[in-house]
Amino acid sequence: MMLLPCPYCGPRDVTEFTYGGDGDMARPSDPQAASDAQWASYVYIRDNPRGPHDELWQHSAGCRRWIRVRRDTLTHEVLLTAPAGRPVQP
Amino acid sequence: MKYSIYSLVRNAFSYHENWPRAWRSPEPKSEYDVVIIGGGGHGLATAYYLAKNHGITNVAVLEKGYIGGGNTGRNTTIVRSNYYLDPNAHFYEHSLKLWEGLSADLNYNVMYSPRGVLNLAHSYADLDAYSRRGNAMRLNGIDAEFLTREEVARMVPLLDCSPRARYPIIGGLLQRRGGTARHDAVAWGYARGADARGVDIIQQCEVTGLRRNGNRIEGIDTTRGYVRAKKIGLAVSGHSGHVAGMAGLRLPIETHVLQALVSEPVKPILDTVVTSGAVHFYVSQSDKGELVLGGDLDMYNSYGQRSNLPPVEHAVQSLLALFPCFSRLRMLRTWGGVMDMSMDGSPIIGKTPLDNFYIDCGWCYGGFKATPASGWCFAHTIAHDQPHALNAAYTLDRYGLGRTIDERGGGPYPWVH
Repeated sequence: MMLLPCPYCGPRDVTEFTYGGDGDMARPSDPQAASDAQWASYVYIRDNPRGPHDELWQHSAGCRRWIRVRRDTLTHEVLLTAPAGRPVQP
Repeated sequence: MKYSIYSLVRNAFSYHENWPRAWRSPEPKSEYDVVIIGGGGHGLATAYYLAKNHGITNVAVLEKGYIGGGNTGRNTTIVRSNYYLDPNAHFYEHSLKLWEGLSADLNYNVMYSPRGVLNLAHSYADLDAYSRRGNAMRLNGIDAEFLTREEVARMVPLLDCSPRARYPIIGGLLQRRGGTARHDAVAWGYARGADARGVDIIQQCEVTGLRRNGNRIEGIDTTRGYVRAKKIGLAVSGHSGHVAGMAGLRLPIETHVLQALVSEPVKPILDTVVTSGAVHFYVSQSDKGELVLGGDLDMYNSYGQRSNLPPVEHAVQSLLALFPCFSRLRMLRTWGGVMDMSMDGSPIIGKTPLDNFYIDCGWCYGGFKATPASGWCFAHTIAHDQPHALNAAYTLDRYGLGRTIDERGGGPYPWVH
């Protein structure tokens, strides 16, 4: 069982959260100028690391806010969390 | 040695102590025509069909651990071809046809058991979706039968088909030719068949690097030395991302953990595979008597090949909602495997932007049933440098071209497929 430390509510059971996936997907800053390949990369291509991974979660059965989590995908150890929209920093 | 009643009798005289090894354990050579990375069912089947269908025998299969020790040994052994979209229907139906003749082809009993795969309908929306899929299957020449609630109750009397059930059952879609097969035997049978045709199966050999020169991969660094290869095929399921990363490729794949569990063994009680899409759950009984059940992904990126409690609880709750009579069964064992979840829920078998590097990945949690056709099509793709008609739609570049094959209609969220 995994505990996620919500920056607003403290450590909570993972079943209270909804997964939002890779937190590093950057939407093309100028949508009109982006090429098909850039859009395809934004929509479909992901980093898939075996190790630390920055991802988004929503505390959907708690405070309902989005948070950013750095978690090891092999050990499931949570390294850092932060409110969404801010980089995770130690 | 051909396995037969005569070899069985002959070996009985020596108390079965002199059976030859089923495959060799060779040292890696310095160069091969084709190297397959990954000694699971898909990699071994690819090597087998490269040798059998295309006469390419200077082939090595590199396996990090032991063959069939990854997802081939961790799945729930279900085979079926009940797909709606044409590319999937044709591909998986070819696979099912290969399953039907596989034991004879390999001279190895893969214990294919066409005991039927039953999808339960719990709502009128389910009925509509199943009628649509069943009709699409029949138009593609695949067997499908629509069952009423009474027919479901007659076929699987243990199911709670009462109107007061937690998930009321109002019908079902049945594919009788679907069923189960023995997962280990599939790896062993393909390994033995490939080895007999000259393929080197090299276990305990982890790939540590791919040496890229321009648009080609020239060779492979492994824990057992450097191996040059004219062509390289990648069939490593959940580890596709970081092995392809060694070649500088990024894939439309996320790796997620999927779990399964078995109960203590009981006498034969459930003679078909029962699944429920609404509950997202499936159960069958193994030949040893255990109930084999599974359900959801953990729903977050993971390479942890182990089990977590929430999906186990979900699977057990689902089992008891559908089959209240199993409430006193004890669960024996749980485990997890890591799935290569693609962005549209369909696999990728084909060429890459590199000239001599081919990939076979994106199996989500449906790779086992695909094993024969995956090997068949991947071998064709590698041998001819172009896809077989059956995997022509499963290209890597389909995502950018808007040609996704999204059976579920889930969009680019791999954990919902």
